[in-house]
Amino acid sequence: MAQHRVELSQPVSDEVRKTTCYMCACRCGIDVHLKDGKIRYIEGNRDHPVNRGVLCAKGSAGIMQHYAPARLDSPMLRTGPRGSGEFRKISWDEALALATEWMGEVRTRDPKKLAFFTGRDQSQSLTSFWAQQFGTPNYAAHGGFCSVNMAAAGIMTIGGAFWEFGAPDWDRTKLFVMFGVAEDHDSNPIKIGISKLKKRGARFVSVNPVRTGYSAVANNWIGVRPGTDGLLILAIVHELLKARRIDVDYLVRYSNAPWLVIDAPGTAEHGLFARDADGKPLIFETVTERAVPAHTKGARPALSGRFRMADGRPVVPSFQLLADEYLDPKHAPEAVADEIGIDVQVIRGLAAEIGRVAFDEAIEIDQPWTDVHGERHQSFVGRPVSFHAMRGISAHSNGFQTARALHMLQVLIGAIDCPGGFRYEPPYPKPLHAHPRPHGKAEHFGSNQPLAGPHLGFPLGPEDLLIDGEGRPARIDKAFSWEAPVSAHGLMHMVIANAHAGDPYPVDLLFLYMANMAWNSSMNTAGTIRMLEAKDEETGDYRIPKIIYSDAYSSEMVAYADLVLPDTTYLERHDCISLLDRPISEPDSVNDAIRWPVVEPDREVRGFQSVLLDLGARLGLSGFVDHRGKPLYADYADYIVRHERRPGIGPLAGFRGAEGDKTGRGAANPDQLRRYIENGSFFSVHIPEEALFFKHANAAYQDFAVKMGFFDKPQPVTFQLYSEELQKFRLSAEGLREPAALDIHRERILAAFTPLPLWYQPLEEGAVDDGEFPYHAITQRPMAMYHSWGSMNAWLRQIHTKNRLYVPGEICDEHGLVDDDWVWLTSHHGRIKVQIARSATANRDTIWTWNAIGKRGGAWALDKDSPEATKGFLLNHLIHELLPPKGDGMRWSNSDPVTGQAAWYDLRVRIEKAEPGEVSEPHFAAQTADKDVPAELRYGQEWAK
Amino acid sequence: MTCLPSNPTPKKLGLVIDLDVCVGCHACVVSCKEWNTGGYGAALSDQDPYGADVSGTFLNRIHSFEVLPEGGEVAAERGEARLIHFPKSCLHCEDAPCVTVCPTGASYKRADDGIVLVDEDMCIGCGLCAWACPYGAREMDLAAGVMKKCTLCIDRIYNETIEEVDRVPSCVRTCPTNARHFGDLADPNSAVSIMVAERGGMDLMPEQGTKPVNKYLPPRPRLPLAAAAAGREDTSGATGFFAWLDGMLDRI
Amino acid sequence: MHPALSIIVFTTASGLGYGLAAALGLGLLNPALVSTKLAHFVALALIGGGLLSSTLHLGNPQRAWRALSQWRSSWLSREGVMAIVTFVPLCISAYAAIFHSRYLLLPGLLGVAGAGVTVYCTSMIYASLKSVQAWHTPLTPLCYLLFAGAGGSLLGLLFAAAGGGDTPILALLSIAFLGAAWTAKLAWRRNMENMDPLSTPESATGLGNLGRVRLFERPHINDNYLTSEMGFRVARKHADKLAKISLIAGGIVPAVLVLGVLASGASGLGVALAALAVLSHAVGMLTERWLFFAEARHAVMNYYGG
Ligand SMILES: Nc1nc2c(c(=O)[nH]1)N[C@H]1C(S)=C(S)[C@@H](COP(=O)(O)OP(=O)(O)OC[C@H]3O[C@@H](n4cnc5c(=O)[nH]c(N)nc54)[C@H](O)[C@@H]3O)O[C@H]1N2
Ligand SMILES: Nc1nc2c(c(=O)[nH]1)N[C@H]1C(S)=C(S)[C@@H](COP(=O)(O)OP(=O)(O)OC[C@H]3O[C@@H](n4cnc5c(=O)[nH]c(N)nc54)[C@H](O)[C@@H]3O)O[C@H]1N2
Ligand code: SF4
Ligand code: SF4
Ligand code: SF4
Ligand code: SF4
Ligand code: SF4
Ligand SMILES: [Mo]
Repeated sequence: MAQHRVELSQPVSDEVRKTTCYMCACRCGIDVHLKDGKIRYIEGNRDHPVNRGVLCAKGSAGIMQHYAPARLDSPMLRTGPRGSGEFRKISWDEALALATEWMGEVRTRDPKKLAFFTGRDQSQSLTSFWAQQFGTPNYAAHGGFCSVNMAAAGIMTIGGAFWEFGAPDWDRTKLFVMFGVAEDHDSNPIKIGISKLKKRGARFVSVNPVRTGYSAVANNWIGVRPGTDGLLILAIVHELLKARRIDVDYLVRYSNAPWLVIDAPGTAEHGLFARDADGKPLIFETVTERAVPAHTKGARPALSGRFRMADGRPVVPSFQLLADEYLDPKHAPEAVADEIGIDVQVIRGLAAEIGRVAFDEAIEIDQPWTDVHGERHQSFVGRPVSFHAMRGISAHSNGFQTARALHMLQVLIGAIDCPGGFRYEPPYPKPLHAHPRPHGKAEHFGSNQPLAGPHLGFPLGPEDLLIDGEGRPARIDKAFSWEAPVSAHGLMHMVIANAHAGDPYPVDLLFLYMANMAWNSSMNTAGTIRMLEAKDEETGDYRIPKIIYSDAYSSEMVAYADLVLPDTTYLERHDCISLLDRPISEPDSVNDAIRWPVVEPDREVRGFQSVLLDLGARLGLSGFVDHRGKPLYADYADYIVRHERRPGIGPLAGFRGAEGDKTGRGAANPDQLRRYIENGSFFSVHIPEEALFFKHANAAYQDFAVKMGFFDKPQPVTFQLYSEELQKFRLSAEGLREPAALDIHRERILAAFTPLPLWYQPLEEGAVDDGEFPYHAITQRPMAMYHSWGSMNAWLRQIHTKNRLYVPGEICDEHGLVDDDWVWLTSHHGRIKVQIARSATANRDTIWTWNAIGKRGGAWALDKDSPEATKGFLLNHLIHELLPPKGDGMRWSNSDPVTGQAAWYDLRVRIEKAEPGEVSEPHFAAQTADKDVPAELRYGQEWAK
Repeated sequence: MTCLPSNPTPKKLGLVIDLDVCVGCHACVVSCKEWNTGGYGAALSDQDPYGADVSGTFLNRIHSFEVLPEGGEVAAERGEARLIHFPKSCLHCEDAPCVTVCPTGASYKRADDGIVLVDEDMCIGCGLCAWACPYGAREMDLAAGVMKKCTLCIDRIYNETIEEVDRVPSCVRTCPTNARHFGDLADPNSAVSIMVAERGGMDLMPEQGTKPVNKYLPPRPRLPLAAAAAGREDTSGATGFFAWLDGMLDRI
Repeated sequence: MHPALSIIVFTTASGLGYGLAAALGLGLLNPALVSTKLAHFVALALIGGGLLSSTLHLGNPQRAWRALSQWRSSWLSREGVMAIVTFVPLCISAYAAIFHSRYLLLPGLLGVAGAGVTVYCTSMIYASLKSVQAWHTPLTPLCYLLFAGAGGSLLGLLFAAAGGGDTPILALLSIAFLGAAWTAKLAWRRNMENMDPLSTPESATGLGNLGRVRLFERPHINDNYLTSEMGFRVARKHADKLAKISLIAGGIVPAVLVLGVLASGASGLGVALAALAVLSHAVGMLTERWLFFAEARHAVMNYYGG
């Protein structure tokens, strides 16, 4: 019989359009295949520096994302009460006129009464610029609830951070240790990298209370108790010091280990660096026995000892303090293993491996280079031990110091930006002082004027805080106040609560973009919903009078907006993945990218960035209108091409100059977007070979960075093992420095702002009774879902249609629980009733679930009885934005006391068996959904062959 | 043609799946779905896609298993329980029971390359082949009423309209950890055969007698960390640290 | 396995139909009787109805004819072919009986053979599936054949009694078949209960050398085609109860009733008892078939924690 004939060589599509994925912040290059004007297939762009052709589940599900019935299709004005989901569709003209009226009025009266907060968008460079021109001090993006601990600790210690700003040297590392990562922003590069190193036989160790995903394939899994990584890291430091496994040469060259710290307790100088008249830090020169400026040629600095300066002040090299601290037996493995919940030998083994690989398996790349002090080196010496960490460390209230400890560990073994180590991704490294100071004090803003400078940045000391004369916060989220002095990304999770409470003041207009604050990105979700619905008893107005929100889909938050500005999908708009923003560079290359409308919107939707430019122009904000008040930019595409932040520096670094042949710096090129599109929608420039490593001190790299326009003069980084900035806050807390910390904050600041990283107990753990709440509860990101926005995707939602609470076998056995049982999970703040599943692959005290699978009925164009709404759930109901009241009735925000990072993973719970149920609790009334949804999908049937 | 072709076929095209690196990301699942829903045969339908009883046709799915050894390494305070993500699609068996049971001849194994396919124009949707497959690699499309299964992306691997590097299955091309490999398992010198030989590639349910072409690479053996502790240098505590430091400084 | 109504009805009805056809083919009923003519008609109706019912679960029934093509390898195809082939002698026999009140030996015996082979083919559809270990035993065809014999003799008995014909042979046959069938079935069930699973989560994943394997998460948390088709699970307690019901209704009650028929002969009471016996047996068989599917565990469930 003849064999069935199969059409083997059908063309895939009519046309391929290359753009950039958007289902997460990884921003992979994609090839969008179009057939008959519809999306046929999306695959990874093989040339793209980020993903090299691969694509994750979310990326491949772009078809369903783009055609989801949950897409918004028109601007809307609320008609029913908040939360009801009742709206009237209005025209864009009406919507923009209304928004302009509301905003213009606030801007004239009191610009701080507009609070503009954005979610995980990738256009912070525009949104922050807009907010600055508008003149409100109240702007931030999502970093405060996300991973500011990681960013702040990194920048303050090594001038760069994990997050998406650096990566392990996947091709060379021989030992890779990953702390608390489930997925991260670098999702595809991490997967590609793990695969590479496993193939090479390198060891991969995962430190994580839960063993799934990456941890599942790790050679070794260290199932720590949540919040104890700091103990583990410092015990490793202790072991390495004891074993003399530290890179002394590297420390002297690149860190502040030799810098002299003034030892004058009780004075305003105590613990600060001794400096010369020019402000240069001093070291002690052991040959001439004098304090000389750091990096004085030929000087042999002391790392230990106690000295006196010429003026008699006692000083000590910061490394002496470091060694004294960490050699103390209280940091020994046997002292901390129980608290971490692991075996002493595991800590010793890990420390020994780190030391062995770093020093006995050092690698060398024959490539001469010159450091910033003019010294020529024959090769790059690599300590092939690398680390990566994310929210498992940073989403704890001790996360800042834990992340600092991890950076310190890397510096001690000489493994920052060397072959085989952690490597910076340009434009990082960038030293702390090269970042701006925060702006938002009363003198920084006023009626109808721009803010005096950028909102976000790093205070170098208490004098840079945004507080008034009484020490009260200037910002609505209380960022850069005594509550969270180094909150470099703001505290998005506190905005609604503070605005509702009118503390420090009420706002009139809350302007939100791409953040599902009425659901999964809030702590205390039910409370947040009540706050959004709360009315002033006297006036009958909402406590937060006006809310403007831009979303692309009918999320839970949409129902709480008064005015909805519908965004396009990622395939319908221009976007700019800019070096001024959250860049996509890799350690070897500087990269940026764009999105462009590969399909035309078929609804009344507009790209939010274009809308923002339009609003800026309507409001007459400088930077958005010319001197005659005419709009400067036609739309976002036009802005991307023509906007200049500094002369010759615009949103995109590639194809600049009239001919498109300039990189980094150069005049605007009207043809720039076309050139990007031809190039696959990205631009990549390789870093010169000589500049590839030791970027923090590499003269060739610094020159390259200046040429590219990252900075206008070289900005080398000296690693800050000992942080003088933190010490300044302690001095304020001791009342020794102006402004002095408010009394109520002193204790917290003294404990948390230690200039050398130390571990302290997570705040919630300290505030609740261990016996009453014996277990930890945490969430993990599922790889196939992006927060709340996978559930409207018909393909992705089938993978995670509902979530279970994973309970370790020991706890199941103790409480007589079996799979599918219902339980009450209770925290100091609330309780939820959910279904469990047994698990053997988690720390025995750690209960966990997938993040953001639970949905509110009716949202996302899903049936109100969808499993997401009936069986799915959020842990957020258990997490309060405030810690339990202390003796004096004060309640601190549930955040890291240094950075204000939301402490999602400090949660403590107890578990009890519950009566079987039908729906998870709390269960909320469904939001009205009037979406037409098909009963069956046969996507692509018309192409069936 | 429901009878199997000469056994073994001259070529045995199939997948090799590396359980040592699969992180369970489901990328291959969705990529498979999007490729095949507009490609070979009927679309892969989804029922009640936005409702309470959502379900759909997938040709590749990722399971995850806990493996509980007795007396394994103490990594945390518990025995080393492992979690293993486990992708599964059609294994293109040499002795494919799904083929021989098919009453219509719709199911067949290609004589040249061993790919097991369904000719959807002949399929009556009786479901027997799905019963016969011990692996759960066949799914009836409820909208089309025909049996769907992994085609090994036959419309990619031989597709001359796409670039040669891309003539691999969609799931293989997309897998971020490179856990999926495609090749000819009849050729002992192919990359996949070498990998199978070196890593001890295994059959699933060999006792079913299906002789799967696809192979699974078991997780690589792992060395406990605690073992490294033994070899560490003992520098007898903190004493002498600063003297050592001075010595080091002199050598710089 | 999911107990699909259409398949349960099909196997039960065609078993009864072929059994009756065999009784007719052996000339155990007087062809001159109206009841025998009716019996021929009922046999054909049961067989035809069963076959029709079996197409109900097809995704594309309009192509059902294609199922006849793969008789060289597929038991389903063979069953289809045999069903059609068997129709020829059965129809000839029926024609002769209905219109000429005659029993024809050759078509009769060919019909018996055809019925037997068809039932055997049906049973082999299941018995050939290694993936469903409970089915994969020679006891499966044995049960199918014996049950068809029992059902056929019971029906034959009913028609014989109704027509006032000769009943003792059919009554004795019924009792013999019931006894044999249920003995085989109990052996089948014991086999199912005692067998070591051929495949386990360990062999399914190849991870047995690392330890005990337990499903952590399904690939898609809701049910899918595979879990609804192969993942049907009936509680052990439930199954045991149903197994008893099927034995009582399908075996013991009919056997007792047949003894009653033996005692009362072709009287009105005998007819009523025979009818009750058939009815009870049919109910028992439907239950038996439901359990046949519901209790059988498919190897794929090793991947689904079931
Ligand atoms: N329990 C717990 N809670 C957590 C976390 C946790 O780990 N555990 N993680 C926290 C962290 S780190 C984060 S970052 C937050 C994330 O929380 P959110 O920032 O709220 O993230 P999403 O749920 O993705 O919501 C973003 C909104 O953007 C919308 N959107 C999607 N695409 C577009 C678009 O193209 N344009 C516009 N305008 N809108 C769009 C979506 O519809 C959605 O409503 O959650 C936090 N919440
Ligand atoms: N697929 C997907 N990708 C995403 C996102 C998404 O929603 N889906 N969200 C994006 C966003 S906004 C962010 S912020 C990133 C976050 O990326 P990740 O940081 O990878 O995300 P989390 O899920 O918060 O992972 C935290 C991990 O830390 C572990 N953990 C919890 N507590 C501790 C602890 O005390 N110590 C240690 N060592 N580990 C601990 C948890 O078990 C979990 O595995 O992911 C981004 N990428
Ligand atoms: S990791 Fe996935 S979702 Fe994120 S950008 Fe890449 S393909 Fe898109
Ligand atoms: S895996 Fe299943 S469907 Fe694929 S060839 Fe083997 S038996 Fe057939
Ligand atoms: S469902 Fe289709 S392919 Fe499968 S056995 Fe039946 S006819 Fe053959
Ligand atoms: S080979 Fe093709 S059809 Fe088969 S699982 Fe992979 S993507 Fe799906
Ligand atoms: S894409 Fe690769 S890593 Fe992801 S689930 Fe599939 S096989 Fe595993
Ligand atoms: Mo985040």
